[in-house]
Amino acid sequence: MATIQNFLHRNVRARIATLLALPLAWLLVIYIGSLFALFITSIWKIDTFTSKVIREFTLQNFIDVFTDRAYFNVTVRTLIVAISVTLICALIAIPMAFFMARIAKPKSRPVLIALVLTPLWASYLVKIYAWRTMFYPESGFLQWLISPIGGTSPGFGMIAVIIGLTYLWLPYMVLPIYAGMEKLPSSVLDASSDLGAKPGRTFFGVVLPITWPAIIAGSVFTFSLSMGDYITVQILGGTFQMLGNVVYQNFSLNLPFAAAVALIPVIIMMIYLGSVRKTGALDNL
Amino acid sequence: MALIEIRGLSKSFGEVKAVAGVDLDINAGEFITLLGPSGSGKTTVLRMIAGFEDPDAGTIKLNGEDITHLPPYDRDVNTVFQDYALFPHMDVITNIEYGLRVKKVNKEERRKKALEALEQVRLSGYEKRKPSQLSGGQRQRVALARALVNRPSVLLLDEPLGALDLKLRQQMQIELKELQREVGITFIFVTHDQEEALTMSDRIAVFDKGKIQQLDRPAAIYEKPVNEFVAGFVGVSNLITGNAAQTLLGKSGTFTVRPEKIQIDKAQGAAGTVKEVEYLGPSTRFIVDLDAGARLVVLRQNTDESAVDVMSMRGKKVNLSWAKESEYRVN
Repeated sequence: MATIQNFLHRNVRARIATLLALPLAWLLVIYIGSLFALFITSIWKIDTFTSKVIREFTLQNFIDVFTDRAYFNVTVRTLIVAISVTLICALIAIPMAFFMARIAKPKSRPVLIALVLTPLWASYLVKIYAWRTMFYPESGFLQWLISPIGGTSPGFGMIAVIIGLTYLWLPYMVLPIYAGMEKLPSSVLDASSDLGAKPGRTFFGVVLPITWPAIIAGSVFTFSLSMGDYITVQILGGTFQMLGNVVYQNFSLNLPFAAAVALIPVIIMMIYLGSVRKTGALDNL
Repeated sequence: MALIEIRGLSKSFGEVKAVAGVDLDINAGEFITLLGPSGSGKTTVLRMIAGFEDPDAGTIKLNGEDITHLPPYDRDVNTVFQDYALFPHMDVITNIEYGLRVKKVNKEERRKKALEALEQVRLSGYEKRKPSQLSGGQRQRVALARALVNRPSVLLLDEPLGALDLKLRQQMQIELKELQREVGITFIFVTHDQEEALTMSDRIAVFDKGKIQQLDRPAAIYEKPVNEFVAGFVGVSNLITGNAAQTLLGKSGTFTVRPEKIQIDKAQGAAGTVKEVEYLGPSTRFIVDLDAGARLVVLRQNTDESAVDVMSMRGKKVNLSWAKESEYRVN
């Protein structure tokens, strides 16, 4: 035992290898491995009668995905939902995080963070079914709420999906922005005010640019989680569909095709991550 | 009329009375230092002049106008912060231009003024650097330029040299003083470093427990402290009190004598024993316990060669003497 410890003490590489063995195995086998399996599956064929996968190379799945107008439309709809959810989350989370980090008393901050986290303690399905009862077209809570002023509930569809997903992912936007704003030294805000800037100018000219990486970090969560979701869409979407639903429907019928569709959000996410990398946001994740 | 008139200024944080009734007149073009230990209220007074804290009571007038409750952005004062508070997302020149940009000064003029300010703090050529690419001393200069470029009536400096190392600090002290003469702006300087206060200021306000203990020129603060606190905080407190005062001075009360005013190893004077000898290069510091019951610090210039053997003085019997006019009653 002592000799192993001596060896580890002297050998830095061995020490790091021991430390990272388990996480690395996880990353390589489960994470990279599954992505690789997804990619491989997407270039295989299928027996159209039995739905059995034939391990032969083809690009037909990609040709189908990119030439069929319907899949293009689903991709655009998915993007619209993911972008809307991200923007609405940011609009709600930025003032909320600013209040929590800069205005609320330091003593009450842990309580506020706990309050932001409480929705995460409940099951995803319970929350989404709760929203389903809100959105019922005739008898839902929303209908009851807005009918006196002459409105009608949006019912199930894209708007319901956007609201549901915004509700689900909001904490993932609030927390990074809160962390970013809390790190901001108050002297920097004082300095802006001291140099003649009114509060609005300080907020948009100093607070927002400095916390921008944190906002981007939050958007990576809300954007990617929205891109991949299909359960909320099933429960709140009515006939509305996103990429996840296409994958889900083709999964048992045509696995290679489902894999090809599943690669679309992966590619979009990679483009998104690549474009935000230079903002330094990924250091904040 | 004074440029700044402060009357009865008070501020509490919860139970703690940070500032307890401060009156202070500051003249135009003056370099005034608020000196005191941490928690003495000096920074709170500065922050109230800047507008970052709202006073509980009292008034602050600037150029005769009551600014007590104005927000910071409506006051003709600028601040240099202890941690510099530069905007990390802007380069040096954009940082300096910030105040002018907020005031909608046109582009050419503000660029010209910012470059001038940068030259004034001797950082020409650093326009495009980000604050993170600068050393502490350079950030300090940028912070100074960013405040001065607005030509405020008053510049507030909140322990601006606190984070710098000794050499740099001494250099910046000289530069700050020169800069102040050059621009002619009133400087209100907060520090807990008595040496810094003595070297730079026209006047010093010594703070303790939220009040000004003494307000005077540096030499007067050092030579004629009005109470025990000032005597102890500015320089070494050589206190002679109680029985010792009776025996040595024939008076009752508390008195102080500065270490460099005391002669050691004269044939006559107060008898005592050298407890400690510290060789400081140009001078030597002795700590002497007097038989009469006081401990005095004595500072002697190392003007002759016998200083080489000075360590052997430890434990020796010596006599201390000083001129009658060097002893001051502080209580």
